[in-house]
Amino acid sequence: MDSKLTLLWPEIALFITTCCVMILGQSKHKDSRNLAPWLCAIGLCISGFLAWHFRGVTVQTSLPHLPYYGKIIVALIGLAMLPMMAGSADRDLEAAVDNGRPFDALRSTRGEFYSFFLFSLSGLMLCASADDLIFLFLALELTSLPTYVMVALSTARNRSMEAGVKYFFLGAMGAAVFLYGFALIYGASGSTNFDKIAHAFATQVANGGLNHMALLGVVVAILGVCFKIAAVPMHFYTPDVYQGSSASVAGFLAFVPKAAGFFAILLICSLVGWGFGDEHTHLPAALRTMLWVIAAVTMTVGNVLAIMQHSVKRILAYSSIAHSGYMLVGVLAGPGDQHAPFTRNGIAAVLFYLASYAIMTLGGFAVLASLQRKKADGSVEEADDIDDLRGLALTRPLLGWTMVLSSMGLLGLPPLLGFLGKVPLFTAGIGAGEISLVIVLGINSAIAAYYYLRLAYTCFIEQPETLPSAPKIETSEFYKARRLTGVISMAGVVLLALGAGYLADLAQIGGTFSPVRGFRTATPEAKEIKIEAPPAAAPVHAPDAPNG
Amino acid sequence: MDISELMHQLAYSLPVGIIIPLVFAALIAVSPSSNAKRIRALALAGTLLPFLWYGLQLAVFDWSRGNYDVNSGETAWFAQIGLKFSFGMDTISMLLVGLTVLLGPICILCSYTAITERLKTYYSWFLVLQAAMTGVFLARDLILFYTFFEFTLVPLYILINLYGSTNRKQAATKFFLYTFTGSIIALTGLLYVVFQHHTATHVWSFDLKVLENYAHTMSFQEQKWVFWALLAGFAVKVPLFPVHTWLPLAHTEAPTAGSVILAGVLLKLGTYGILRFVLGFCPAACTYFAPTLAVLSIIGIVYAGLICWVQTDVKKLVAYSSVSHLGYCVLGLFALNSVGITGSILYMINHGLSTGALFLLIGMMYERYHTRSLKEIGGLARVMPIWASFMVFFAMASVGLPGLNGFISELFCMLGTFQAGGVQWKTGTGLTVLPGATWGELGPWYALAAGSGVIVTAMYLLFMLGKIVWGPLMEPGGHDHGHGHGAHAVDAHASVLPKDLSRREIGILIPLAVLCLVLGVYPTPLLKVLELPAQTITNNIDRHGRTPANLPTDDPRFVKGAEPETIQDKMRRRAAEAAPATTPHASDHATPEGKH
Repeated sequence: MDSKLTLLWPEIALFITTCCVMILGQSKHKDSRNLAPWLCAIGLCISGFLAWHFRGVTVQTSLPHLPYYGKIIVALIGLAMLPMMAGSADRDLEAAVDNGRPFDALRSTRGEFYSFFLFSLSGLMLCASADDLIFLFLALELTSLPTYVMVALSTARNRSMEAGVKYFFLGAMGAAVFLYGFALIYGASGSTNFDKIAHAFATQVANGGLNHMALLGVVVAILGVCFKIAAVPMHFYTPDVYQGSSASVAGFLAFVPKAAGFFAILLICSLVGWGFGDEHTHLPAALRTMLWVIAAVTMTVGNVLAIMQHSVKRILAYSSIAHSGYMLVGVLAGPGDQHAPFTRNGIAAVLFYLASYAIMTLGGFAVLASLQRKKADGSVEEADDIDDLRGLALTRPLLGWTMVLSSMGLLGLPPLLGFLGKVPLFTAGIGAGEISLVIVLGINSAIAAYYYLRLAYTCFIEQPETLPSAPKIETSEFYKARRLTGVISMAGVVLLALGAGYLADLAQIGGTFSPVRGFRTATPEAKEIKIEAPPAAAPVHAPDAPNG
Repeated sequence: MDISELMHQLAYSLPVGIIIPLVFAALIAVSPSSNAKRIRALALAGTLLPFLWYGLQLAVFDWSRGNYDVNSGETAWFAQIGLKFSFGMDTISMLLVGLTVLLGPICILCSYTAITERLKTYYSWFLVLQAAMTGVFLARDLILFYTFFEFTLVPLYILINLYGSTNRKQAATKFFLYTFTGSIIALTGLLYVVFQHHTATHVWSFDLKVLENYAHTMSFQEQKWVFWALLAGFAVKVPLFPVHTWLPLAHTEAPTAGSVILAGVLLKLGTYGILRFVLGFCPAACTYFAPTLAVLSIIGIVYAGLICWVQTDVKKLVAYSSVSHLGYCVLGLFALNSVGITGSILYMINHGLSTGALFLLIGMMYERYHTRSLKEIGGLARVMPIWASFMVFFAMASVGLPGLNGFISELFCMLGTFQAGGVQWKTGTGLTVLPGATWGELGPWYALAAGSGVIVTAMYLLFMLGKIVWGPLMEPGGHDHGHGHGAHAVDAHASVLPKDLSRREIGILIPLAVLCLVLGVYPTPLLKVLELPAQTITNNIDRHGRTPANLPTDDPRFVKGAEPETIQDKMRRRAAEAAPATTPHASDHATPEGKH
């Protein structure tokens, strides 16, 4: 229990910050209210430091170092996202206060917004350190529930409400599906503890094969989690929800639920383990086929539909779907042998790509969040149409270049970060013998070129709209803070490409797979291998120990 | 430090040739956009300094080493996946880098009057393109190679898209998508080789030499897949017959300098890729698929030639002629003997010189008349005699007139094809009847079919010359009452440009003309230095391809004891013939297989 508490220090720090932020956001003094995001930043820094400090502490699952990687990355990317959130809540209220109206704490949402932001991130950290089905379920819900509210709060328009409701109902359905899957897993193994489940499954495999209920449970659980990562067949909500929310919140959605989903999928897959097939490096055949199909269809659907979009948020939403498909290749490839190098470790490849994807896509959303469109009648709305980006690199070089680099990174153009992220996915896929899927991945990268090129092209080559009737594009009120996220993203796409080794080292540690004993030897002739009882149930008996 | 030592070190430092253009590109990007003179001067310096660097390289290069790298200084980039900055220079790289650094300043100079808007963007991206192309030829790490290979797309995309003619957007997008798709598939193939190497040796390595030494041990089936995957990338770039459709469009729409660099160097990335990777990595598949590739090349030669014949757009005509010419280049490569490969490498250089010059000339004409249509323009010999003489000269070089550079390379490609069918004439006493013939699946019929392309080439180029140079004088008269958009620019140019070529333009063309002449009259030095690398490549194929000696014994084509003569044997024999008393120096380090 001690080590578990140590493991949870980052989350605890984040939770304390959350409570402080919630109170601070209701303060009567404007200066104190304005401190809320700074407090968030401090909390994330402390949390990240704690995650780094307790890096030696492992969790008792087959992925013992996942919390270490997950928490550090979440804290860092949370910090990068924070500037983009500026002005997301209370914009009208603060304007009214500036005009002399008294501050109405009941109508203020600033405290809630920032604390939900942190709640969701701590949920994400908890996902990475989950060692129990119920724990995982709660963590997933803690990640998701705040996002429903954030979507609804993000703009004052009805579309955000609609998006929030849509997201909530579909999210609840997704949660029901994976909860059902968890129940089946519990039924098949008799435990909710990951370690015990893994032992039970390994025993089943050694005694002739995995229980059908177990397999069904894993399949259903993964299908449910597909909602979080926006993979086919649970991807329908993505474009609508992204478009309905503000660009800042859409950027948040592109990383946080997706990361939670991938942590969950990795944990669920590690229950059955990658010990099947001829070389004992594959998932069970049924699961493998399912993930193959999901991966291939997800990336194809995402990329093909992205081509037809006009709204940048929808393009980025479909690109987010496609990228989930890419990452599933890594899940399918699995960790390879015990001492597989980084290039063969699909889990490390997924973790590496997850961070790279977040950095790249944040740039695109930050650019959108920094721009607004002023119509002829004076009304202002967030820039979203691809034509709004015309000539951005000429008129606002910093934002324009952020968009160009972000889209070229997502495209996977060497030598940018996206390319270096894709190479391990390619090699892990080839290493696992999934050549056909890797070819689908290659073809999809080529299809994706079409719309990423259009994004970059519109910013870099097209001339800005000069017709007087055209909506005027200007920087939004909070662009100075918001573009900071873009600058971080731009720097990340270039600098991390040069120093990819550091991130890869981290991902390699995070992707360490140490299966329970009896896992690898799940061959027919190894039936009599005795499965060790889980540590908790083992009798504490040490006859050789010197008596004190 | 001694000055000669410093020179030596600088010359050995290969990345310098890539860094210089990049530094100047950055300098241009930060200089004020109003100062056109300074931008042009910087751009020129950014291409002339690599020229100097190349001179140093030439001074210290040891040609007798063949395709052994003079330098492989390397720094880790992404150690976890075995990625490093590793550069090397061998004979083939040397020649192609030479072509790149030569065309660089020429392209900058030819853009002085043609490009008048967004100068900074133009010149800085042009320098980035120079750097990327140099990088492709120098990279000795697979991913580094791929990085440069892909990165050539971006600058050219921008150059076409911003500075091209009417259809530029479509052309640029098509160009990008075609080549990007192809090269992603090639990347899959390359990574497969890397993975196979890892399975065999438990080492992740992207090192070209390491992989090349390993790749031929892959099974025939694997080699077949890798072969087609790699070809998907490189054939699009060449471009080979069924995937050539992007090229005419890109060429027609690109600005002059873009066309020159596209024809001159970028297409060679494809043939260079085939030479290094396809021939190097899958020798067995190469021998197996050589006839298929030869047929595709020949279709390309004849079909593209016939298309040229009916073109009315001069630039499109020259663009299609590139497809046709590069067909010879690929044909020579897949003859899989040293004559063919030597001819093919030579062809890469010669095509870069003569077609590059043709694009320059067409650009100069376009700047004056704003049309490229054979229907609107003709008989320019009367008004532009200097231009017309250059046009005839380079067209003849392109046709392959003996005495000019095109001839010798075309001849070698076809000779190689002709000889690559020797085994068909098996007699009781020996294996080959034809002197110089080697094992191969091609033969006289292929050479004959390709030879018919020469006639077509002569037809369309002479037809073009007849119209545009000698026909009745036709000058489009439209440019005093302007055509809307470009009218302003036309008038501005009219005052800058003389009726015939200016001194700057003549200065651009003369080095190319001199090289065409020299390489045509005295190609021996080039042929000599290419012999060694061509032999090494051929040896690899002879040893590991499906040659008669290597075929399974139940194959009807299996010939017992048909061991091909390796370069080691050859050098030894030659040495014995020349000076029986001494051992020649060259044979010591020119034998890759002999060492182990």
